[in-house]
Amino acid sequence: MTTPPPRRPDPKPTQRVVVTSPRTRAPRARRPYPGTREINEQSELGAVYMRTLIRAQRRLGLSVCLVATGALALLPLLFAIEPELGRFRILGLGLPWFLLCVATCPMLLLAGWFYVRQAERSEREFAELVERP
Amino acid sequence: MTSGYAIVAVVVVALGTILVGAYGLRVSRTTSDFYVASRTVSPWWNASAIGGEYLSAASFVGIAGLIFAYGPDMLWFPVGYTAGYLVLLTMVAAPLRRSGAYTLPDFAEARFRSRTVRAVASVLALAIGWLYLLPQLEGAGLTLNTVTGAPDWVGALIVTAVVTANVMSGGMRSITFVQAFQYWLKLTAITVPIVFLIVVWQVHGADSLTEPEYPVFRQDTEVVFQRSTTIHAEEFISIRGTGEIDGARVENTVVVLPEGYHRIGQGSEFTFPKDAPVPHLSTMAHNTNEMWSLPMSSGQDFPLYGAYSLIIATFLGTMGLPHVIVRFYTNPNGTAARRTTLIVLGLLSVFYLMPPMYGALGRLYTPELLMTGQTDAVVLVLPTRMIDGIGGELLGALVAGGAFAAFLSTSSGLVVSLAGVLSQDVLRLGGVRGFRISTVLAGLVPLAMTFVSTGMPVADMVGLAFAVAASSLCPLLMLGIWSSRITTAGAIAGMLAGGVPALTAGLVTMFTDTGDAWYEILLSRPAAWTVPLGFSVMYVVSLLTQRHVPPGVQRTMVRLHAPENLGLDGSGPSSGEERS
Repeated sequence: MTTPPPRRPDPKPTQRVVVTSPRTRAPRARRPYPGTREINEQSELGAVYMRTLIRAQRRLGLSVCLVATGALALLPLLFAIEPELGRFRILGLGLPWFLLCVATCPMLLLAGWFYVRQAERSEREFAELVERP
Repeated sequence: MTSGYAIVAVVVVALGTILVGAYGLRVSRTTSDFYVASRTVSPWWNASAIGGEYLSAASFVGIAGLIFAYGPDMLWFPVGYTAGYLVLLTMVAAPLRRSGAYTLPDFAEARFRSRTVRAVASVLALAIGWLYLLPQLEGAGLTLNTVTGAPDWVGALIVTAVVTANVMSGGMRSITFVQAFQYWLKLTAITVPIVFLIVVWQVHGADSLTEPEYPVFRQDTEVVFQRSTTIHAEEFISIRGTGEIDGARVENTVVVLPEGYHRIGQGSEFTFPKDAPVPHLSTMAHNTNEMWSLPMSSGQDFPLYGAYSLIIATFLGTMGLPHVIVRFYTNPNGTAARRTTLIVLGLLSVFYLMPPMYGALGRLYTPELLMTGQTDAVVLVLPTRMIDGIGGELLGALVAGGAFAAFLSTSSGLVVSLAGVLSQDVLRLGGVRGFRISTVLAGLVPLAMTFVSTGMPVADMVGLAFAVAASSLCPLLMLGIWSSRITTAGAIAGMLAGGVPALTAGLVTMFTDTGDAWYEILLSRPAAWTVPLGFSVMYVVSLLTQRHVPPGVQRTMVRLHAPENLGLDGSGPSSGEERS
């Protein structure tokens, strides 16, 4: 699908060294240009970057959305199959009233909060990826 | 129920709206100010404004009315209106803002680079907007009628005039202030009275809301029949008053209504005795309070289909409403758009706790509305009914003011977005003058429509606007944002395949009487079949026309999805520049 970014040829002949810890502080091999430029120039690599971001965001959005709204959408079916559930009481309220008036709001807020957190995180990761010098 | 205080409250709300708007006039100077408040609105302001704009007549009076009449099945309205924002948040909020367009047709053009897609989206946005404005105006008519006895068209006229003048003078910037102010006003106006009403209910002995008995009159109740009504009495009941019963004229005498159906003439006034079971409107399910409190008791055919259709329409329709979308452009960037939406979700959740309580208390205290069919008035009538004297009148005035705020703010938002679409796409008049002309037109059309519509509950009408939005503009947004395979032909075909049947079904239910036909539910709740139709036609036609994928779609995708601060626009070798 795509070619990896060209690497700088290693100047020295192969040598065995003992590594005690990963070389986190050493500068990375520089790419010829950063990911932002790849994307702006619409290279194959840029397209891959974008596709990854869009896929991650789509998967996150769809799953949060489907879990939250899907859980809600099961309720009418549940009440149709088992009408006696409607007589069940929680905190003095009938079960349908409790679920729809009281329980949905925190559930939706929690789902929304989780989504915002994850979406911002994946955008941060994307920014780190493409801005890495 | 005429009350001087309520009239004062309505006048104060209208004047307050104009004053806040005038303040906006002094700060809005450029075209950008007019349309999107120059994109400098903070998430809290913006979220309050969205909440203020979104909580319409349907939310303020309509939901309580439907719950009062039909029970917990109708809780799907508030749940759906809220959950719609979760769908909007997760699927479109940030990309929509990043598309950088002013209106929905702008988005359509930016994504598909096609004037035709833009034109179709414009027509649909106009249709949805007008369909949504109509119940606002009807609700305003109902409110003024309930609190002052003025004819229905007066309220509609006042709302149209205030909104048009306000939008013309200040545009969106003033509207952002107005809307944010209106959310908090509405929340106060619905919360303060219900707190007092619940205290009163407790003091009265906290009568159970779910007794296995039919609603009864709590006191001798004088009822005015605004239109001729067919009612059904469960047992004989003796009433006193003036009017027409079953074609016979009655002048201030006691009449015994035997069990069965009776036709009461328009303008009749009768007093119903204390403790008698309330006769019910012939077209409404008659339930004991216990039955009413259970799901699937609304007496509709195919209740499961109805529930799911409502769920689909409200969950997916929110994102397609023109006045909601235009608010997202006032966020500074995509991240702010997301945070705004999350705050909106919280604001709406708080508000929607209240209407069900009004609906439930109405079963005990205002059961005569089940007989006259004016169920939408339950929020307005309850305070004066439950609390005697000046306290009740003041709370009633507060509710009336809040309801009026609801019509004003939703209508303002709709008129702004419709005027934007009209001036850019239909009249092709640019600048501030074009916007002002379009504003007048955007307000006049629904005002004219109020004279021909049949009186269906306002929340049901709003549900139809949601259904059209969910079946046409929602597929455009969802598929347009998340799939790069959608073609111009697919977008047009999908919007028409979903939107036209939904719109037709909506107009047929609103303006004709379909009665008890088996297909009535398919027309009054069309979303369950039109939404899948819209989505699948859009996708399938796109797959069949893959050779006509719009040019530069990858570049558009970069703009929609990449965070703004990276300076990405997919437009060439320049990198690292901040895009404004």
